[in-house]
Amino acid sequence: MTAPAVWVENISKKFDRVKAVDRVSFAVQKGELFGIIGPDGAGKTTLIRILTTLLLPDEGKATVAGYDVISSYKKVRHLIGYMPGRFSLYQDLSVEENLEFYATVFGTTISENYELVRDIYKHLEPFKNRLAGKLSGGMKQKLALSCALIHKPELLFLDEPTTGVDAISRIEFWDMLKRLKKRGISIIVSTPYMDEALRCDRVALMQEGRFLDIDEPEKIIGKYDKKLYSIHTTEPYLLMENLRENVDIQSVIPFGDHVHFTTRKDVEIDPGDLQEALIAKGFKDIAVKIIKPGIEDCFMDLMNIEPQ
Amino acid sequence: MKTIRYILQKEFIQIFRNRTMLPIIFLVPILQLVVLVHAATLEMKKIEMFVVDNDLSGTSRELVNKFSASPFYVVEQVGFSVKEAEESLKQGSVDVILVIPSDFEKKLHKEENAKVQLLVDAINGAAAGLIYAYSHSIIADYSNQIFLELSRGLIRGPETISLTTTYWYNPDLNYKIYMLPGILVILVTLIGMFLSALNLVREKEMGTIEQINVTPIRKYQFIIGKLLPFWIIALFELAFGLTIGKLFFHIPIEGSLLLLFGFASVYLIAVMSIGLFISTISSTQQQVMFLSFFFLLTFIMMSGIFTPVESMPDWANYVNIANPLAYFMRVIRMVLLKGSGFWDISREFFAMTGFATIMLTLAVWRYRKVA
Repeated sequence: MTAPAVWVENISKKFDRVKAVDRVSFAVQKGELFGIIGPDGAGKTTLIRILTTLLLPDEGKATVAGYDVISSYKKVRHLIGYMPGRFSLYQDLSVEENLEFYATVFGTTISENYELVRDIYKHLEPFKNRLAGKLSGGMKQKLALSCALIHKPELLFLDEPTTGVDAISRIEFWDMLKRLKKRGISIIVSTPYMDEALRCDRVALMQEGRFLDIDEPEKIIGKYDKKLYSIHTTEPYLLMENLRENVDIQSVIPFGDHVHFTTRKDVEIDPGDLQEALIAKGFKDIAVKIIKPGIEDCFMDLMNIEPQ
Repeated sequence: MKTIRYILQKEFIQIFRNRTMLPIIFLVPILQLVVLVHAATLEMKKIEMFVVDNDLSGTSRELVNKFSASPFYVVEQVGFSVKEAEESLKQGSVDVILVIPSDFEKKLHKEENAKVQLLVDAINGAAAGLIYAYSHSIIADYSNQIFLELSRGLIRGPETISLTTTYWYNPDLNYKIYMLPGILVILVTLIGMFLSALNLVREKEMGTIEQINVTPIRKYQFIIGKLLPFWIIALFELAFGLTIGKLFFHIPIEGSLLLLFGFASVYLIAVMSIGLFISTISSTQQQVMFLSFFFLLTFIMMSGIFTPVESMPDWANYVNIANPLAYFMRVIRMVLLKGSGFWDISREFFAMTGFATIMLTLAVWRYRKVA
């Protein structure tokens, strides 16, 4: 039996008094695309930095590709590719020089592993003499991914790769990850965007240093056991104020021009009645429906319950 | 070894691509040498004098002529009121006042002691001392001359001790020859300590260190790769500065250049280690600037670039034991002006080697701990 790509047991890391990572355990299988979803400050970056050997944990054990991240950190560094959240290639080197530098320090060449990065790098090739600092956000991200891949790593760690990237580039980026996964590379990716959870094989929901749940995204949705209502409205703020006064209603969350809410246990509300009541209160263009939960509803629900 | 070569390659591309770097390497030394060597001089050339001549006799006029004939003095104003003269001194339009009382000539002819008064602006103490010394020698010469004239050779004056002086190593007392090596030391130090510290901390500030740290690059490889370019540039700078000095200021190069560069190589390891150390306790280039400035200014002021270290108080001499600039300042002047050989500077050489070893160990230890 081969070792899992990542195996973590009871890892903790404190900064001053803040517990950035609090007794986290999980395992990632070989070839899996694993997502760590959580709001800013949840501890995602700290966890990834521990796994990429950049930070020592206060307690706990972690292995990457079977090697301990503390005692065998040199071995680990050869096997992983890491793309930090902040662009950290040399802005005053050209696209090609950056890629060449990272290839050479890993003792390889661009041509040797070119077919691995070809899909990504081909978009950059016309700009290969441009300085990295002069690239657009999406281009920078592609270059960073190329540099993280050029030594043919077994695992890829991506820290918020899609933060600050436009919607189309985000979709493109996830397609690229899917292709890399097909080549057998295990991928651990963190993101604050809940909708991206659906693109992962399994996701962990992280909040305040702890994992609230780890599962396949569909299963997380399947576990949702409450009735979920959605109201279409043009005045979400006013509507939320109004709904929160209702004792039967438990959590009210805005979703663009919709408001989602759940009811307290064993209480059911008839959508038609509520709609009429709201229209009577002066709301226009109101439509109340019972809907199936999305992954975001599930995360919101989990995050509301857990901290207590 | 290969890895270090790749880092070096990358560093040199970055250094030469940096728009401010090339001017710093080539323009700054020329400017510093040409401008500073001329400006940072203690020689007095244009002492502005206010003469209050209340005697208006032949003798007094001749005394004033002695001053205006001297290359050091310019008789800026002549008047009769000491008050007016003092006003000019206060305004700073003159440096010195010469007051000749009304009975100056009469007293001399009566074979009495005639008196003149000098009022010197002593804001700059060193300059005031020089003005006094120059004025004193002019007046003393004139006094001697009057004595001989009045006695018309009838009376033989007392025998005097005549003094002949030769200035060794710098016979013309050319201040530039003294200053130029000192300014070269500062230049080399700036590059070794300042630029290398800035370059190191830049990786932290830009976040590039994050990506470097996950590569198999070892810390020692990274440090060598980062520091070696500046070691080379600084030594090049020394050669460049010496060439300018030789061509334009005709500085003597009495001793062995090999010895000088040998010492400079060790010296650079010491100051670069200070730079490395500073970079480990800073996280931005701004912090590096402030810290390096503090160290550099202290080191430079105490190094003896303007004033001899020997005339500093004892405690300053103790502090200077830990001041690498003071060693290099002494060595470069000894080798260039005096032609000192290895054994003459062996004390400095071994002290510097020890200093470099300690500093490097400390900096690398600190670097390993924080990075």
